[in-house]
Amino acid sequence: MEKRESTCKKPKRPLSCGQFLPRSLRRIDSAQPEVINRVTRRAYNMEITFLLNGETTRVSVSDPTVTLLDWLREDRGLTGTKEGCNEGDCGACTVMVADPQGARALNACILFLPQIDGKAVTTVEGLAAPDGTPHPAQNALVTHHGSQCGFCTPGFAVSMATTHANGATDHDDQLAGNLCRCTGYVPILRAAKSIENAPVPPHIKPLFGSEISRGEADSRGAEPPYAHPETIDALAEWYAAHPKGTLIAGATDVGLWVTKQHRSLGPVAFLNRCADLQEISINDSEIRIGAGVTLRDLRPVMARYHPAFAEMIRRYGSEQVRGAATIGGNIANGSPIGDSPPALIALGATLHLRHENTRRSLPLEDFFIEYGKQDRAPGEFVEAVSIPRQPDTLHVYKLSKRFDQDISAVCGAFNLVIENGRVASARIAFGGMAGTPKRASQVEAALTGQPWTEATVDAAIDAFARDFDPLSDMRASAQYRLKSAQNMLRRIMAEHLGHRTNVLEVRP
Amino acid sequence: MSVAKPLPHDAAALHVTGAARYVDDIPTPKGTLHIAFALSDVAHGRLNGLDLTAARAAQGVHGVWSGDDISPMPDCSPSVHDEPLLCTGEVQFLGMPLCMIVADSHLNARRAAALVRADITPAQAILSIEDAMAAKSWFDGGPRVYARGDPDPALKAAPHRLTGAIEMGAQEHFYLEGQAALALPQEGGDMVVHSSTQHPTEVQHKVAHALGVPMHAVRVEVRRMGGGFGGKESQANALAIACAIAAARTGRPCKMRYDRDDDFMVTGKRHDARVAYEVGFDDDGRLLGVRFTHFVRCGWAQDLSLPVADRAMLHADNAYFLPAVEITSYRLRTHTQSATAFRGFGGPQGMLGIERVIEHVAHHLARDPLAVRRVNFYDEAGGASPPGPPRDISEPKRNTTHYGQEVSDFCLGGLVADLEDRAGYGARREAVDAWNAREPILKRGLGLTPVKFGISFTLTHLNQAGALVHVYQDGSVHLNHGGTEMGQGLFQKVAQVAAHRFGVGLEAIKITATDTGKVPNTSATAASSGSDLNGMAVQVACDKIKAAIVDWLGDPQARFVDGMVIAKGEARPFAEVVNAAYQARVPLSATGFYKTPDIAWDRDKGQGRPFYYFAYGAALTEVVVDTLTGENRILRTDIVHDVGASLNPALDVGQIEGGFVQGAGWLTMEELVWDDAGRLRTHAPSTYKIPAASDRPAEFNVHLWDGANREDTVYRSKAVGEPPFMLGMSALMALSDAVAACGDRFPALDAPATPERLLAAIEAVRA
Repeated sequence: MEKRESTCKKPKRPLSCGQFLPRSLRRIDSAQPEVINRVTRRAYNMEITFLLNGETTRVSVSDPTVTLLDWLREDRGLTGTKEGCNEGDCGACTVMVADPQGARALNACILFLPQIDGKAVTTVEGLAAPDGTPHPAQNALVTHHGSQCGFCTPGFAVSMATTHANGATDHDDQLAGNLCRCTGYVPILRAAKSIENAPVPPHIKPLFGSEISRGEADSRGAEPPYAHPETIDALAEWYAAHPKGTLIAGATDVGLWVTKQHRSLGPVAFLNRCADLQEISINDSEIRIGAGVTLRDLRPVMARYHPAFAEMIRRYGSEQVRGAATIGGNIANGSPIGDSPPALIALGATLHLRHENTRRSLPLEDFFIEYGKQDRAPGEFVEAVSIPRQPDTLHVYKLSKRFDQDISAVCGAFNLVIENGRVASARIAFGGMAGTPKRASQVEAALTGQPWTEATVDAAIDAFARDFDPLSDMRASAQYRLKSAQNMLRRIMAEHLGHRTNVLEVRP
Repeated sequence: MSVAKPLPHDAAALHVTGAARYVDDIPTPKGTLHIAFALSDVAHGRLNGLDLTAARAAQGVHGVWSGDDISPMPDCSPSVHDEPLLCTGEVQFLGMPLCMIVADSHLNARRAAALVRADITPAQAILSIEDAMAAKSWFDGGPRVYARGDPDPALKAAPHRLTGAIEMGAQEHFYLEGQAALALPQEGGDMVVHSSTQHPTEVQHKVAHALGVPMHAVRVEVRRMGGGFGGKESQANALAIACAIAAARTGRPCKMRYDRDDDFMVTGKRHDARVAYEVGFDDDGRLLGVRFTHFVRCGWAQDLSLPVADRAMLHADNAYFLPAVEITSYRLRTHTQSATAFRGFGGPQGMLGIERVIEHVAHHLARDPLAVRRVNFYDEAGGASPPGPPRDISEPKRNTTHYGQEVSDFCLGGLVADLEDRAGYGARREAVDAWNAREPILKRGLGLTPVKFGISFTLTHLNQAGALVHVYQDGSVHLNHGGTEMGQGLFQKVAQVAAHRFGVGLEAIKITATDTGKVPNTSATAASSGSDLNGMAVQVACDKIKAAIVDWLGDPQARFVDGMVIAKGEARPFAEVVNAAYQARVPLSATGFYKTPDIAWDRDKGQGRPFYYFAYGAALTEVVVDTLTGENRILRTDIVHDVGASLNPALDVGQIEGGFVQGAGWLTMEELVWDDAGRLRTHAPSTYKIPAASDRPAEFNVHLWDGANREDTVYRSKAVGEPPFMLGMSALMALSDAVAACGDRFPALDAPATPERLLAAIEAVRA
């Protein structure tokens, strides 16, 4: 899920005493300081099992919302993994998480312990070989002068090692989620490039595909109670029984409720074991995407069918965020600036909701009622979203202050079908222009059936202001939002006319 | 030979393995308590009281102390005692600490802080430049004016005259390691403090004052910071003081680190500013008279704002001789975070004013801005004539700044010519013009800007440093000095100096944490002065020890090279000689002291020689802008920069690359937004965007200018921390150039030039 930030004024959420439910940490008498700062161990807590830097590790989890970062630093004393922002935006806490599907770089600050159950976690301390031989990424960072203050460096080293293990070479994208304030990135990128052909160290290789026996599926006595369903059916049953509970998929948004807002989540269910929620199925009529599919896994599929959507996903969050965030989460939290809904709406997507054993489907745009309100009943959850198969006529434009890992000021998706020089159909949707992701119905009407000409575009421009009355906030003013949204339509025409329009395609 | 080698950072191997320890990584003793502040959510008002009931009852809370519980309230200010640790009645900004929570964990402290309820009667808040000017809300008793001559007659007589203004935003340091401190109570009321600070002596001083003990009772240790950039020169004080007083009260170790959002909400940033100008010039673009007005938003407390604003005035000329100039500087007091030191320390704001003037003049005359820059350069040092038409030798020299310092080392004529040549300026100018004539949507732009930056603290007494060097009987060397390591590689450079003096390898030198118990009364590691001052102090200390050994050897010609000591025709290993010297009771430990020579500055008159020398550089940046959305990219940057005779070219290039990207970030994407209630709306990396990896120039060439410092600095090197930051101005000027290609009007582009500002500027030049 992309972090939720409204385009409306949103004061820091105050917490009253009543909302602050007790967690597993108990008030300790100050006469007994030796037990402070430790999760109280209780016999009935859930036990999770994972590999930590190659060693099988069992942890009794009494509070399912303890982050991996806090556990590493405070319980394990592994302080190489750093806290830079505690919200998944700087990458200083990056760890490598591997499972049979492969290795991912993830932000440990917004990763809850139950999410790593059954997986292999490698921190910066585990990059070197058991005999102390540094990982090629570590050597390269030293020889290319890739560290200055060194605080971001462990995160870069882990991101680079993950990139290297996966054989990826798109370093700018792989490292977009790691911020460095000292070097200007130049030496780090040189280091990343220099190890492309180095063999993956043997102690990193076995981490892939390693099956680690998992702990018990459900918690007993944890506070808050939590579940780890293995199937959608089990999830549906649990959620119906705990309609006020919180579903945690990637935790890229829910993580912040905990780390920044100190919210109590109530009963929680982790979705990462629901394999049947993570399927993408494609047939002649539709592409059906399970709610648990990560943006990272969606990207190559969209690259085949709708490249503009895939290019937007390239800039969605960062590698660390895409590897955790799910399409279902991005939809379900209803953010007006979530990036996938505009593209999905423009493609005519249908949302599939489920409550226990009852399913219903609706056009995705109808799910978003108003800011903070979606058409979802208690205990009902997003099971999948489907896109009708169609020729690709999609344009997606994401505007933000920074190209990478930035939340959109405006995200516009245009699905224009031009036939015989006329606009046969137009589905246009925007994020960042209203309290919800919203279709540009007036603009669509102004274009549909008209000749595809500059005059038609000019005539449609005024319709934007009839569709949208955007807000001003720290990302952009209302005027800029409206003007740039209008200009996105002009950009499509400019592309049609053969002009260069993409600054990312210009080379020195 | 250790100096001049491109050695890696001394801690690089520790950085990449995660073994490098920062304050929050230091294992804490049992019973350590953790502190968090509860912050005001009102910008200005009267604090009537706090409801601490819920916070006190919260899980793990050990104590909650407000202004009522601490008397006298400790002061955190580095200047004029106007920063109470906690609010004592008047709420001064949104984010002001109201009370401190002491709890058994960092999380519990933060959770309890969120439960504090404040009863505040809001008052009118002064937020903007306009608010402050209307209320005459300023520091320094009013505007400060520095001048050379009277610009009025020159302005009146000038063939051309323009007026304008440029706004430049604030900048958050965004050091990756947030502010942190750990206080460990000792026997007899003493206190040891680990602080992430650029100024250990300041922390020692403020903690001692807060505890009511002499400075000798407080020892401050700093091994490294995860970045500083000026943001830890004074902003570390509050955390260290809070930890120390809590530790003194409870008798337990106390630790505090700001959550990133709190760090944004509490700490000061780079001063945002407006520079208004009036300029008169001739047909060649030669400046005849300039009048500047600086409006500098300082926030609620004075902090370092006065010297910051002074330095902006001192750099109002940048590289250009201004025959008649007057600069009026308003240091505005507002109900916002107290702006503080940030790489460049006012220099960038001052320089950007004159660079805007040059661009404006060039646009008015339809000349290449580079030509206008050239005719205004100071005289090239050493009589070398810069490229361009020869000047009448009867003309008076153009080599004195508006504050009376002779510019005796000016090299930008040659340096810029070298840059032009390396980067192919002429051909690329033509290529950009051709592109812009052809492409209707994407426009390219070029910006070439020079930097001349004065090196020394303008507060003269700060230009001193101390060092402590021990040589042990096995030949290993323990090195300590007053500078702090924040990533810039100071420790490695200074170790290279020590190794070089003793003729030993770097492995013989142990770099140790900065410690107020070892070297006293240090200055902040700031003003780019770290290597200049501490390198020299270490050199002095090493030479004292060497002199004692040489004296004992009885050979004044003795040499220390390649791990050997050569005396009386015999070469013996350094360790062997040292051991023998120890047996002979030769002192093998020494302190070193250095003070910068030849500087004198009268701040009130605005006259003197505040700077020992100047550092120079220039950058050429090319950008492309989408005129439909304002989206843009830096395509290429070429830099030639003067670091004198480099102590370590790899570290120097790292400072230049990193400085440029940080400077370009300030002027392009980094935007701090306060709302009309005075609330900072961009308080985390989700909303405040520093450059990411792909934002570096796609092609980036950095070349070190070949030349030793004319002044007698350590191995004739030059300071490098701050000067390259201002090379980022070339990015803004390149964007402005691209916008100018869209229409006839001058693009009065403000900074940061976000896509939104660029689109507005494009529409304005087309209007």
